[in-house]
Amino acid sequence: MVGDMGYHFPHVFGNEAIICYLRSDSVVRWLPWIIGNIGLSAAQGILRIKASRKAGFVNWEFIMKYLPLYQKAAWLTVRIGLCGVALSVLIGLMCALVQHYRVPLLRQLTACYIELSRNTPLLIQLFFIYYGLPKLGIKTDAPSCGMAGLAFLGGGYMAEAFRSGIEAVDKAQMESAYSLGLDRWQTFFYVLLPQAVSISFPAFVANVIFLLKETSVFSAISLMDLMFTAKDLIGLYYQTVESLFLLVVFYLLILLPVSLAGTLLERRIRYAGFGV
Amino acid sequence: MPDLGFEVLLKGKNMARLLGGLGTAMQISMISVAISIFLGIIVGILMAWKNPISRAVTRCYLEIVRIMPQMVLLFLVYFGSTRAFGWNLSGELSAVIVFSFWGTAEMGDLVRGALDSIPAHQYESAWALGLSSGQVYRYIVLPQTVRRLIPLAINLITRMIKTTSLVLMIGVVEVLKVSQQIIEANRMSSPNAAFGVYLVVFLLYFAACWPISLLAGYLEKRWR
Repeated sequence: MVGDMGYHFPHVFGNEAIICYLRSDSVVRWLPWIIGNIGLSAAQGILRIKASRKAGFVNWEFIMKYLPLYQKAAWLTVRIGLCGVALSVLIGLMCALVQHYRVPLLRQLTACYIELSRNTPLLIQLFFIYYGLPKLGIKTDAPSCGMAGLAFLGGGYMAEAFRSGIEAVDKAQMESAYSLGLDRWQTFFYVLLPQAVSISFPAFVANVIFLLKETSVFSAISLMDLMFTAKDLIGLYYQTVESLFLLVVFYLLILLPVSLAGTLLERRIRYAGFGV
Repeated sequence: MPDLGFEVLLKGKNMARLLGGLGTAMQISMISVAISIFLGIIVGILMAWKNPISRAVTRCYLEIVRIMPQMVLLFLVYFGSTRAFGWNLSGELSAVIVFSFWGTAEMGDLVRGALDSIPAHQYESAWALGLSSGQVYRYIVLPQTVRRLIPLAINLITRMIKTTSLVLMIGVVEVLKVSQQIIEANRMSSPNAAFGVYLVVFLLYFAACWPISLLAGYLEKRWR
């Protein structure tokens, strides 16, 4: 009875894993895939008991078949997400500095920008950039549109995080630095920036996780990301449980390491704070 | 000056339809906010309670909500529950379930933060003055907690409104869906409608969230 139920995944699973690993040009490239397999095999063990009772509930062949598709989609999400985060850090830092040094005119502009980006959803921003702006002649392809949207949204959030970090540095710190004979740039680089970074780091980590989570709306502008793949597979094959299971596993693989690294770094960087 | 598609909104009942779509989104977010504030206070007290089991359970719950994108949760409830349990949830109902699930965790964490931020000497001084346990909470802890909590809870409302735009993806007819319909219907007469309509939607969301953010900022400054 057990033999004819079609659960021959252990052999397929083991061989494929080894062959793929040997063929790969770099271990790092396959690392998420390997971790994914370990996670999957653990989950298989648990679900196998369930599956043997309720035959055909989880179709493992389907999962193995479409794993590479998800892997490709996950890379796209990670790539665009990281580029967007990097851009938003740049924008945020510039806006925070403009706000701190009270540059005339630019200050009002950045204040407007921060309010606009923080008070509108990413989905609407993406729709405006992707469908609205081409009517004015500004055409973008989907990946750069996703990056631009993420940078627009993240810039405002990052600016707020850095601004509050800079503001939290005691005024006495800068005055002492000036009285020791440091010039404006030295005070900024050696006194203000290190302390501001260490204070705003928890907010920064929270923003990075938030932005990576927000990448899930990219499917709305027809980027082939994880959400898009899952929705596609549900529509095509009606393998809902399997598609959603892979979706959750891949989002965990992307976000759990970021969250853990953030917690560890936060603990580490707290020593850098002075008098806070 | 090429036409930018603003005149589409003045045709017929288009503007009213757009506002109606925004109303649907607001309704979903307001119901979710009400549920999550109520449940969040309970969860927050459980989080602050020094019991290892309640701590571990609430911690797990919070981490799951923190790590999973809301979109994934929406898909899990909307598509997953149908297949796994045979439930037939409407888009609106699954949106309310997901956003309450998410909001409860966030609100719980805010309540926990507010409770933890009250220094121990406040309790000790109150006891030293001879107040009973009930009096300590009524006159000392509650007023301070509420002051810290209200601005943060108001911020949660704006986040909820912004997140509600995701319900487009599970087939709820809200403001973005309505604007898509309007643009499609007027494709021939005004091909540039996409710019105007999406700009108006963008500004509508901004007009809904900005006053609430301002209020939260004002209260935070005032009650510091």
